Amino acid sequence: MSTKNWPLWEVFVRSKNGLEHRHFGSLHAADAEMALENARDVYTRRNEGVSIWVVESKYITASNPEHNGEMFEPAQDKVYRHPTFYDLPDEVKHM
Amino acid sequence: MKHNLYRYILGIADNSLILGQRLGELCGHGPNLETDIACTNMSLDLLGQVRSYYQYAAKIKGEGASEDSIAFLRKEREYYNVLLVEQPNTDFGYTMARQFLFDVYHLLFLTELQKSSDLTLSAIATKSIKEVSYHQRFSSDWIKRLGDGTEESNTRIQTAINDLWTYTDELFYLTDADKAMVEEGIGVDVATLKDAYYKTVSEVLEEARIEIPESKYFQKGGKQGIHTEHMGYLLADMQYMQRAYPNMEW
Repeated sequence: MSTKNWPLWEVFVRSKNGLEHRHFGSLHAADAEMALENARDVYTRRNEGVSIWVVESKYITASNPEHNGEMFEPAQDKVYRHPTFYDLPDEVKHM
Repeated sequence: MKHNLYRYILGIADNSLILGQRLGELCGHGPNLETDIACTNMSLDLLGQVRSYYQYAAKIKGEGASEDSIAFLRKEREYYNVLLVEQPNTDFGYTMARQFLFDVYHLLFLTELQKSSDLTLSAIATKSIKEVSYHQRFSSDWIKRLGDGTEESNTRIQTAINDLWTYTDELFYLTDADKAMVEEGIGVDVATLKDAYYKTVSEVLEEARIEIPESKYFQKGGKQGIHTEHMGYLLADMQYMQRAYPNMEW
């Protein structure tokens, strides 16, 4: 095992045409090309995908869990933001 | 029994079996998790191809032969793989050099085998070709990375290429069974692949800043069942389960 680690990459896979790419996990690779090949072998060997995106993890800006209060809690009691206050006619079956 | 066809199929399949076994040795021992899985994937691709060949060979042989008996119960001299594929995983450079030197041949070979008048062989070739295209892409990339990487990686991959170069010429040697199959329109005349092979190999090596070995001394023998000293150890490992527990199944 080498002591110098390759940078970390995040892997996004689209499992079917028409669906969006979803985050599948992360892996190590020396550059983008290697990250794609590694992702192909690590995450799509059981026929999971038709398209892969990779992005070096350091380029992802993440929200800080410590700020979850101010970031997300204000939305919790605003149920009126969900479109659940409409009466749907019975004829509309799938909505 | 169609002896020549049987021998011909073994000549193709044994290359993939032995290379698959070599790659499989790295399972859990690769340089890192990602390359470990990649090598194991290639191993499984090759072993999958091998099953199709041996199932076909077992049908031709009859006498109660099965894909397992053909894969695991032959003696060393009855394996007809080229010497290249049995060479050990000395380091990751050797593993990738061996893979690359075989992949370029394998892809050229399967492309021609697709035209075989034997429909089973051409179907296996067509099915395998995408897998092998990826193998060549993977190993070529690594040749370039190692060759054009650090001083140490360049030295090591150059050493591996120099050492394995002596086994490349055998790929283009035709056995009697090969010649008979070429005449029947079933087999590939591998001698005709030689120029394209060295052209592709040289292009990648040049891009990788690896010197192309000038040695004109080549070793052969594997195609006739005469192997290097590494083969016996590999078979002992590979055949252990079937020898110790005959007919065992997973």
